Amino acid sequence: MSSWVKNLIVGIVIVAVLYVVNAMLSSSGFFGLGVDDYQGRLLAFIAINIILATSLNLINGFTGQFSIGHAGFMAVGAYSSAYFTVNYGKALESSFAFMGEIGAASVVLLIAIVIGALVAALAGLIVGIPSLRLKGDYLAIVTLGFAEIIRIVILNIDAVGGATGYQVPGYANFLWIGIFAVITVVVIHNIVKSDTGRALISIREDELAAEAMGVNTTRYKVTSFVIGSAFAGIAGVLFAHYNKFLSTNDFQFIRSFEIIIMIVIGGMGSMTGAILGAIVVTLLPEILRQLPGIQIGDSVFQVADLRLVIFALILILTMILRPQGILGTREFGLSWLKRPRKDSEGDEGDATDKGVPIAQQSEAKKMQSEEDKK
Amino acid sequence: MLTLENVSVSYGAIEALTDINLEVGAGEVVTLIGANGAGKTTTLRTITSLLNPRIGRVMFEGKQISGIPAHKLVPMGIAMSPEGRGVFANLTVRENLEMGAYIRSDKKGIAADMERGFRMFPRLKERESQKAGTLSGGEQQMVAMARSLMSRPRLLLLDEPSLGLAPLVVHTIFEAIDEIRAEGTTILLVEQNANAALHHSDRAYVLESGRIVMQGDSRELANDPRVKEAYLGE
Ligand SMILES: Nc1ncnc2c1ncn2[C@@H]1O[C@H](COP(=O)(O)OP(=O)(O)O)[C@@H](O)[C@H]1O
Ligand SMILES: [Mg+2]
Repeated sequence: MSSWVKNLIVGIVIVAVLYVVNAMLSSSGFFGLGVDDYQGRLLAFIAINIILATSLNLINGFTGQFSIGHAGFMAVGAYSSAYFTVNYGKALESSFAFMGEIGAASVVLLIAIVIGALVAALAGLIVGIPSLRLKGDYLAIVTLGFAEIIRIVILNIDAVGGATGYQVPGYANFLWIGIFAVITVVVIHNIVKSDTGRALISIREDELAAEAMGVNTTRYKVTSFVIGSAFAGIAGVLFAHYNKFLSTNDFQFIRSFEIIIMIVIGGMGSMTGAILGAIVVTLLPEILRQLPGIQIGDSVFQVADLRLVIFALILILTMILRPQGILGTREFGLSWLKRPRKDSEGDEGDATDKGVPIAQQSEAKKMQSEEDKK
Repeated sequence: MLTLENVSVSYGAIEALTDINLEVGAGEVVTLIGANGAGKTTTLRTITSLLNPRIGRVMFEGKQISGIPAHKLVPMGIAMSPEGRGVFANLTVRENLEMGAYIRSDKKGIAADMERGFRMFPRLKERESQKAGTLSGGEQQMVAMARSLMSRPRLLLLDEPSLGLAPLVVHTIFEAIDEIRAEGTTILLVEQNANAALHHSDRAYVLESGRIVMQGDSRELANDPRVKEAYLGE
C-alpha cells in the first residue's frame, strides 16, 4: 500500500473518531456549538495544550532556543481572530449561506485560523529576528517581555473588550480542535524528521558546529520560532472560539510557564513527550481536585484543597527522578513493546581517554618516541 | 590559497590578535602553534568570519572572505573542525557525518565519502549508530574530523585535534592528517602539541600573545633552539 493511501486512511479514521467523540459530547447533536460538559471541556483543553506544547517543543526542545512567552503568541492569535469574527463573522456567514449553516460557520472559523496564525507568525518574526541573530539567551528575555507587553496592550484596547473581557462567537468545537491538534502534531513531526529538522537539532546540539557545517543558523532559528509562534496563534484562535470569552488573565506569565512545564515534564525534544506532558499537566490538577476528604475526628480534611501543593510536589519529584523528563529525547511508540529497553543514554559529555591500558603503554611510548625522531 | 593580511582582532577593548600575516598555499599543511591563550582559536574564528577583523582582511583563493557569514564559506570549500570537537551529542555517528554533508545533495557521492571516513577511522564504523555524546574523547575527535571532510573541503581548518587525548589516539589523529593531506586537501592545523604538529606539517607559525613571533619551514623550526626551549620541552 503506498504511503499516501495509508496516510489518507489514517487521516479519515482520526477524523471519524474525533467526529464520534464530538457527537457524543455535544448536547445539541452533531456539530453542536456549545459543548458545556465538563469532560468535553477537559478533552478540548488537552487538545489545545497539545498544540501549545508540541509547537513550543519545536522551538525549545528541538532547536534549543528558550522562548518563555508562548502564551503571548497565543493571545495574539486569540484576539486578532476574535476581532475578525466578532466584527465580520455574521456578515461572512450570510455570504457563505449557500454552503449551509455548518459550512458557512466552518469557513469563518478557517479564515479566523489563518488570520490568527499569520498575525502570530508576524509577531514571531518581529520578536525573533532581532533576538535570534545574537548568540545567547536574549530570546528568553525578549519573549518574556513581549508576552507581558502584549497582554497589557490588549488590556487597554477597548475594541477587544479591554479589562471587562471579550465575548467571542463559538465557532470552534471539539471536532475542530481535535483536527487541528492532529494537524499540528503531524506537521511538526514532519518538520522534525526532515532535513530542516536535522538542521534545527544540530543547532540545539552545537550552534557553532552547525554553522561550521554550512547551516544558516540564524535563518533556521527564526524559521523554527515563527512556525512555533504561528501554531501558538492557532491554539489561541481555537481557545477563543471554544471558550467564547477572552480575558487577558488567560494569558498571564503563569500560562506560558505551564506550557514550559508540559515539555519539561514530558521530555524536551520528544514529540510524544510533549503530548504526554500536555495531557498530564491538564489532567493532574483536575484529578487532584476530586480527591476524597479524610475524616479526622469530627472534621473532614479536604485533601483537594492541597491540590496545587500536591501538583507542585509531583512536578518536583518528576524532575528529581527524571531530570530529562519522562521520555527524555526518546519517542514513545509501539516499537517500545518489542525493543529491549537498553537505550544508551549513558555518560554524555566529553569522556577523555587519558588512560592507556598498561599493555599498550610501551607501544604508546614507542610511537611517541618515533614521533620525536622524525 | 588562504592569506591573512595585517589582521588585528579585538574582543571589546582587549586586542587578541595583532597584525597577523599568514599564508597557506594550495596542497600545504601549515601549522599554527602557540600556548593556551595565544590566540589560535581567535585566528580560526576570524578566518571563518565568526569574528571580524578590526584591521586587515582575509583572502581565500583571491577573494576577500572577511565578512562572509561562516555558513557560506562551506560551499566555497572551507571546513572547520572546531575546538572542543563540537560533535552533535544526541545524533549518531552516521547522522553527524550526514550533517557534515549538509550542503551537498549528491547521495552517491555522500555515501562514498562516508565509506572513506569509515576507512580512515574504522573505529567509527563499529560505532556508526551510537550517539556521538557517548563516545570517548578520541572517538569524538575522529567524528569531528570525518564530519568536516564530508563537505569535500579544499581547505580544512583543525583546531587542536589532539587536545586531551592519549598518546595512542594522538598518533591515530596525526596519521589521519597525513592521509588527508595525501589526498590533496590543504590543511591549517592549530596545535599546542608543537612536537607532533611540526612533524606533520610543511611550514609553521609560532603565535605568542596574539603576535606571530616566528615562522618558517617546520623541520627547521623543530631544530631551532628557541622553539625547542619554549615548545618542545628540551
Ligand atoms: N569571547 C572572548 N571574549 C573575550 N576574550 C576572549 C574571548 N575568547 C578568547 N578571548 C581571549 O583572547 C585570547 C586568545 O584566546 P584564544 O584564541 O582562545 O587562544 P587559544 O586558542 O590560542 O588558546 C585569550 O587571552 C583569551 O582570554
Ligand atoms: Mg583555542
